[in-house]
This record gives sequence, C-alpha cells and structure tokens, in this order.
Amino acid sequence: MSEPLLEARGIVKSFGGVRALRGADFAVHPGEVAALVGDNGAGKSTLVKILSGTLAPDGGEIWFEGRQVTIPNPVVARELGIETVYQDLALAPELDPAANLFLGRELVRPGPLGRLGFLDKAAMRRQTNKAFADLGIGLQDSGAMVANLSGGQRQSVAVSRAATWASKVVFMDEPTAALGVVQSARVRDLIRRVRDSGIAVVLISHNMPEVMELADRIEVLRLGIRVTRIRAADTTMEQVIAAMTGALGNEEVA
Amino acid sequence: MSEIREVPPAETKDEPAEVVGQTGVQGMLRRRLTETTTWTFLILLGIVVGFAALRFEQFATVFNFRNIAADASGLLILAVGMTFVIITAGIDLSVGSVLVFSGVIAGKVMLALGGEGWGAIGAGLVAGLAAGLAWGVVNGVLVTKARVPPLIVTLGTLGMALGSALLITGGIDVRGIPLQLTTTVGIGQLAGVPYVVLIAAVVTAAGAILLSMTRFGRYTYAIGSNAEAARRAGINVDRHLIKVYALSGLLAGLAGMVSLARFATTTIGGHSTDNLAAIAAVVLGGTSLFGGIGTVLGTVVGVFIPAVLQNGFVILGVQPFWQQVAVGAVLIVAVYIDQLKRRAQERGERR
Repeated sequence: MSEPLLEARGIVKSFGGVRALRGADFAVHPGEVAALVGDNGAGKSTLVKILSGTLAPDGGEIWFEGRQVTIPNPVVARELGIETVYQDLALAPELDPAANLFLGRELVRPGPLGRLGFLDKAAMRRQTNKAFADLGIGLQDSGAMVANLSGGQRQSVAVSRAATWASKVVFMDEPTAALGVVQSARVRDLIRRVRDSGIAVVLISHNMPEVMELADRIEVLRLGIRVTRIRAADTTMEQVIAAMTGALGNEEVA
Repeated sequence: MSEIREVPPAETKDEPAEVVGQTGVQGMLRRRLTETTTWTFLILLGIVVGFAALRFEQFATVFNFRNIAADASGLLILAVGMTFVIITAGIDLSVGSVLVFSGVIAGKVMLALGGEGWGAIGAGLVAGLAAGLAWGVVNGVLVTKARVPPLIVTLGTLGMALGSALLITGGIDVRGIPLQLTTTVGIGQLAGVPYVVLIAAVVTAAGAILLSMTRFGRYTYAIGSNAEAARRAGINVDRHLIKVYALSGLLAGLAGMVSLARFATTTIGGHSTDNLAAIAAVVLGGTSLFGGIGTVLGTVVGVFIPAVLQNGFVILGVQPFWQQVAVGAVLIVAVYIDQLKRRAQERGERR
C-alpha cells in the first residue's frame, strides 16, 4: 500500500490521572475511508482532536505527507488540508447556513471595499446553495438561523462545510448519528464521493453496519492503544467487535 | 484558500436551489415580523403617535424633535458600542465612567494648551479618544487573557475610571472648555440639524455598516453565538473581543467629547446611570443578552423609546419620573418576549 498521508505514532495523552491515549498509532492513506472504531473511552475522540489541532498531545509523533509535523491549532490543520466534522457540529446557531459554511473563510467583495472587510454575501449564498445542491440537501429557507433547522439539517451543514474545504483529510466524528434514513444515505454517498476525489476520510462511528459498508480499512482502538488494523474486505463485523471489546487479544493483523 | 473545492456533483439538481431562493424572501419577511426589533419599533411609533395626538402643537414640531435627538445623541453613541459588546455575549458597565474620564482628560489637555482655538480642541479630542480606547483595551485584555467575567471586569474599571477622574480633578468639574467647541459642536447646527446629532448619526451609520456588512461584524455575531465554533473555525476570538471592548471604550471617549461640547464642563456626577441606560436601550432594541443576535438599528429604536417618553411626559405635565417606570416595564416585556421565543426555539430543536 502507498505511504500514509497522515500518520500518528505513539500518541500519548492524559487528562489528570486518566490516560486517554497510551501510545496510540493510526494511519490513513489518500483516497481511502479509514474507520476509527473502539468502545466508549477507547480514545477515538481524543485522537481526532489531537490530529485536528484542538488538543495538544503529551507525546508521540504526527507525520503528514512523509514529514513530521506539529498541529498546534485548528488553523494549522486547515492549512494542511485537514477538516473535521465535530460530534457537537461546532456551528454558530444564530448564523445562517452560508455564514456557517464560510465561518473563518468569509469571501469579501472585490476591490477596495473587500480590503475594508466588506462581505460578499451574495457569492457566499450562491456557493452554499450549490454545495447543498451537490449534497442533495434541500433547505426550505436558506436564510434561516441554523438554530431553526432540524438536527439532520444542521448535521448536513456541518458535513458539507468540511467536505467543501478539505483538500487532504476529512475527519468525521459520528457524521450520521443524528440523521434520518434518507439523509444518512446521502452523507454516505458524499463520503464515497469525497474519497473518490482522492481525499482521505477518517470515519469515527459506533454504527458497525455503516463502518462495514463504507470503510476500506478499519483501525481499532482499545484503552488508548491501536489493537487491530485490517482491510474491511478481509474481516467480519464479529471480528471487529471482538477486537473492540478485547475478546480477540492484541494481535496486529496487517 | 478563498475558492471552494469542487466536490464531484451527484445527479446535480438545480431545482432545490431555486426553491430555496423563492421561499427565502418569504422566510425573510416572516422573520422580520417576529423580530423583537419590529415590535419595539411599533411601540416607539405608538408612543410618538400617542403624544402627537394629545399635544400636536407642542410635541410634533421640528424644534421638539431636534431637542429629543440632541439629548439622545450621547447615549446613542454609547449604545452603538454597547450593541457590539452585548452581541458577543459580553457587557460593558464602565462606559459612563470612561465617558467622564475621557472628558476630564480632554478638558485638561485643552486647558493646558491655552483653553481656546481649534488646535487645543483637536489635541483634546485625540487625548479623549485615546483615553477611552485605553480603558476599552484594558477591559478587553482582562476579559480575554485574565478570563475574568466581563460583568466583573467592567464593574472594576467603572470604579477605577471614575475614581481616577475624581483624583485628577479633585472632584471639581473641569471648566473653561474652548468657546469654539461649545458654540459650534455644542449648540450649532448644519442645515437645521445639530452637530451632535450629525456626529451620532455618522457613528450609528458606521456602526450599522460595520456590524451587518463586514467581516468584523460577522465575527462579532459568531463569537456571541458559539465562541468555541469560532475558535475552531480559525477566528482569533481573543483579539476580536479586545477590539470590540476597545470600540466601546473609543465611543465612550467620543461621547465624552460630545458631552463636553454640549455642557461646557465635565459633568462628573452626571453619568452614573449611563451604562444601564445604554444596556437597556440595546436590549430594548432586540439584542440578546445571550449573544449572537442584535442590530444597530434596533438600538436606535431602543434609545429613542425612553427619550421620547421623557419628552412627552414633560409636555403632558406628567411627572417625568413616570418615564423610568414606563421604560422599566417595557424593558421587562421586551426580554420576556425574547425568552418566550427562545423557549419555543428550544422546543423546536428537539424535533
């Protein structure tokens, strides 16, 4: 297999006396969906936060495109082409979907007005509508506050934001947890399309059928350590669950 | 960075986007009708119509409206800055004291430079604005870097700024403000509009544009709505909050100059409730104390409700103290409606 795009080596992170990650490894390659699975408390979210720049690790190395990097904040992650759909969505509920999609990357008008920071709201609205249309998201009222959208619609806004901006890696922390059947299917479609465009997708999910359906590879975390990495085609749901719960033991299956 | 990366389209449907566009207009109208600002504007309109019906000759005159606007100009300048602060879910209790402090500094500088002439006035203006800006920066740095809640920080600087002003003056108002300042800016008019009203109008228009049309305004809303999301989106939240408090301080400094021009003295004891008046105006205008929501236009309405009530009660011969009672009641009703809407919204979220 090709060289990993993003790789974590021996990441350590403690919260007070709790050791959330005890030398965890993880790798994702270009153009694949890598599922990061594990039971509650396995350290999945902590690892994602470290790799997306919202948490600093206590130890370990992060490698990106063959060189060692540090990701001290989300801006650096963005500059590397890494986007994240957070479990709490990280949307501004009082702003509309377009404002959320472009949060921190606002388009300004051309010319001197733009240099003064005047927003090009029409362009942002247009591109947002296009992004939503591509995703198959129909919003009745694109000018409404995000707070007035349903849970599924809000999730769609967060997912399309990450999909719009990522150029290398997208982390998706439970991207379909709050979605209905139809919208889940659309997000799964989107994940495949993002992968097919050559971007690495890291899927964090408790939904094992979804993981088996989407993932090219599965990496299993247990108690802060990677216990298994395996091609999805070579395994079964039972085996993965066994690895998650420790029934399988800590063997490496490459 | 500024270009959207193209996601390979699904079977691209153009219809959904168009449907969005059409109902967008209706949605906007519907939102307008349910906004607190709309209701408070109707209340203001009702008050004006009511007074006009009762005492048309005295109330509905150019002279009277000019007076109302001139009296409200200082508070309006403070309230524009307060609007930004409250939209970030903050509060600035120090504006009245900073106004006094800036006025004292400006007055002292003008006196030191001979007490007359536009040179002295210009220097005083710069000094007064700088003093206000400095207090604003202190507020912002303490709120963001020291992580002291804004209520406490600005309560502290309220005392510090007023105390400093009293220390500098020994408690006696600074007099001898240049005559050119009071006779032109203070009482002068341009095409029938008092200069102080023009200044307040320019500040208000600039504030409204800044808040609704620029990146600065967008960040102000985003931070008040979800500071953590703003941080994760790469917005420098601390730096922006410092700018917002600095803006509030700067405008307090400007209001200090306006006050000097109008009263020809520093009126040290006359601004102890300016902070509460500004907060009340902002909240009356539909800005949410929880952050993320608000407009400068709403604040204008919120400033003029108490101002018109005060004026109308005087004309009617009602004790003007009723104004405070009435404004207090309107304020509570406005926030009550805001709360009702929020509760309805939270119910909606659990769909």
